[in-house]
Amino acid sequence: MRLLSRTALIGAIAALTLTSCGTGGGADGGSTVLTIAANSIEGGKNSETAQWIKQWVIPEFEKTHPDVKVLFQQSGVDDEQYKTKVALDLKSRTGADVIDLDGIWVGEFAQAGYIKPLTDVGGATVGQWEGWAQIPEAVQGLGIFDGKKYGLPQGTDGRVLFYNKTLFAKAGLPADWQPTSWQEIIDAGVKLKAAGVPAPIQLNAGTAMGEATTMQGVLPLLAGAGAEIYSGGKWTGGSPAMKDVLGLYQRIYGGSGLGDPRLQQDAKGRDKSFARFAEGEIGILAESDYFWRSVIEPQAGVAPMKDRDQAVGYAKIPAVRPGGGVRGQDFVSMSGGAVRVLNPFSKSPRLAWDLLAFMHSAAATKSQLAGQARISSRTDVNDEVLAADPMLKYIADEVLPLTAYRPGLAVYPQVSTALQEATAAVVSGKTPDEASAAYQSALEGIVGGAANVGG
Amino acid sequence: MSVADAAGLGRGRAIAFVLPALALIAVFLVFPALWTIYLGLTDYRLTGLAAAEPRFVGVDNYTGALSDPRFLTSLWLTLAYVGGSAVIGQAGLGFTLAWLLRTRTGPVRRVLEGVVLLAWILPSTVVGFLWYALLDSDDGTLNALLSTPGLAWLLDYPLLSIIVFNVWRGTAFSMMLYSAALENVPPSHLETARLAGAGVFQQLRDVVVPLIRRHILTNLLLISLWTFNDFTPFVLTGGGPEGRSEILPVYVYRVALKDGQLGAGAAISFLILLINLLFALAYLRLLRGRRRPQEAAATPGPPA
Repeated sequence: MRLLSRTALIGAIAALTLTSCGTGGGADGGSTVLTIAANSIEGGKNSETAQWIKQWVIPEFEKTHPDVKVLFQQSGVDDEQYKTKVALDLKSRTGADVIDLDGIWVGEFAQAGYIKPLTDVGGATVGQWEGWAQIPEAVQGLGIFDGKKYGLPQGTDGRVLFYNKTLFAKAGLPADWQPTSWQEIIDAGVKLKAAGVPAPIQLNAGTAMGEATTMQGVLPLLAGAGAEIYSGGKWTGGSPAMKDVLGLYQRIYGGSGLGDPRLQQDAKGRDKSFARFAEGEIGILAESDYFWRSVIEPQAGVAPMKDRDQAVGYAKIPAVRPGGGVRGQDFVSMSGGAVRVLNPFSKSPRLAWDLLAFMHSAAATKSQLAGQARISSRTDVNDEVLAADPMLKYIADEVLPLTAYRPGLAVYPQVSTALQEATAAVVSGKTPDEASAAYQSALEGIVGGAANVGG
Repeated sequence: MSVADAAGLGRGRAIAFVLPALALIAVFLVFPALWTIYLGLTDYRLTGLAAAEPRFVGVDNYTGALSDPRFLTSLWLTLAYVGGSAVIGQAGLGFTLAWLLRTRTGPVRRVLEGVVLLAWILPSTVVGFLWYALLDSDDGTLNALLSTPGLAWLLDYPLLSIIVFNVWRGTAFSMMLYSAALENVPPSHLETARLAGAGVFQQLRDVVVPLIRRHILTNLLLISLWTFNDFTPFVLTGGGPEGRSEILPVYVYRVALKDGQLGAGAAISFLILLINLLFALAYLRLLRGRRRPQEAAATPGPPA
């Protein structure tokens, strides 16, 4: 009797286990469900995008598509973690229908077969979309791999030096500061230190900051030292330019007190650097325009500065010395940008394309930009908005013409990690020569031998 | 039928009875383990070309891991973490609490047990962030209590921090297990020992430990394996700074998911599996080794 009931129980459990494997999610009943995934969350990371999706995109799209229900899958985590999550979703052929990706990931995702060209997923209507004519070639390039369009670009960005004008005034520095060499950045740092600023310069370093170290630190500096990370089929190794870059890190973090080495090692260092800048404890910070529009933004930022427009200045990143940058430039920057792709395993790919195209329409882009600085991908919208915001105008007019992009290769993230480790070594007391030699050997292991590494 | 067939099921029905369980074990344990071994022999990646068409690379991943100084550092850190937080910390503190509380009843015992248990039942991520808030250098509670502003515990003492954290977190299990074990020690034995003039240490050594030795070993086996595979310290330190708290689970996470090298990650996972097996075998051997002398002591001399 007891035995029988136990057998029945085990049988029931086994049956449950087996059947629950079979029933997946998906459209049930009359209405179709579409999901949008982005690394943004209300009240947290990229809050304004989350609000835009929830308060504008979803209601407006559902108005014209009464039998479609749109859901928004929010995230508010480090970019690397978001990338892992999306890659695992796509690997198991699930995930949202419309997905936000960093443009730099398009190549490796396409190679892995996780994403397909837009026309393969969305159908012939993709080619007829009105928006293509509005997106400049260079910006479309963010979503292109091997000559095929995989995603719609959301816009682009640029890196500059942000500085706190209040602290600058205290240190006797000009309000319209524009350094023309690395030495002038150090000089300003020394004056700020003398005026009692705890951490005069914040130049992202270390592995905890992830890609922010590479994109806001090493790569713009490397461009300023006259080298690109990947050119002519070769990766830049422990070259003199790389030693210059690591040398600057040493001058900031190697005991001079110009930067706070602990902040670079902290697991939440980047968030803290935002908070400290907003609190007036950091004088100069190298960041992307994301910092301006999403971090210290007076209302919705994660570390809002009420007096942002008066108190925060921005300057181009100088080359090591005038004319010493890549292509003989005096000033340098790095750019990237996010794209939105379609999930090739979507249950309703045509509708997903409709949603994606809708999110990139002129009306949608304008609504997203409402009241904030951001270089959208659409020329027609930029023409309208550009005049309204000086920061946007500055990035578009002064920074984008001299910017550079990262190589969209699958091995790049590992190279990026090796670069972060080299800066981490300098921050923890190694010399630039030691760090650069270790980087060289790590790089050779990653890219398949010394033959693929340039001087 | 036979003497062994106590339930009277017969061979056919017995097999049918365990078959579902065996199938589940095969699907969810054996197959993933074999799959891990296979993946460990390829250059499978999270993204890129190697994600679509992984190539067979033989034992490259294993030799690569074993010659990677970060793997060896990570292994030592893990052993220090297991030794410090599980074997010494949790088991030691757990036993001490159980010993001190064994004769107590009433509110003191209930409150203390409740507090210790609370640390055990809270979700790992929640606890991890609470401890981050406690140890944070900028606005950390500990710095406020000790008036040591700006002292970066997680950066200056990363390994010690996660060891203390894990002792706090996991002591409840050892405490409960030892409390139960100590109830099996006949009070008369302790009474006799006390009358014979034995101090606390001698009572523990000669009366308590021999009686609960198997509980101790079982407890050590379980908490060692749990701690060896514990990922929670990632929330506190992210493995940093400079990998100084990068225990093996965090190392695997970095290799497999952050760097995207799933093949290499699988190889390291398999190495971890082997190390776990070694642990388990060593403890099981000790368990078996202890049983024999006890049995030997118990068998001769039928009750007079």
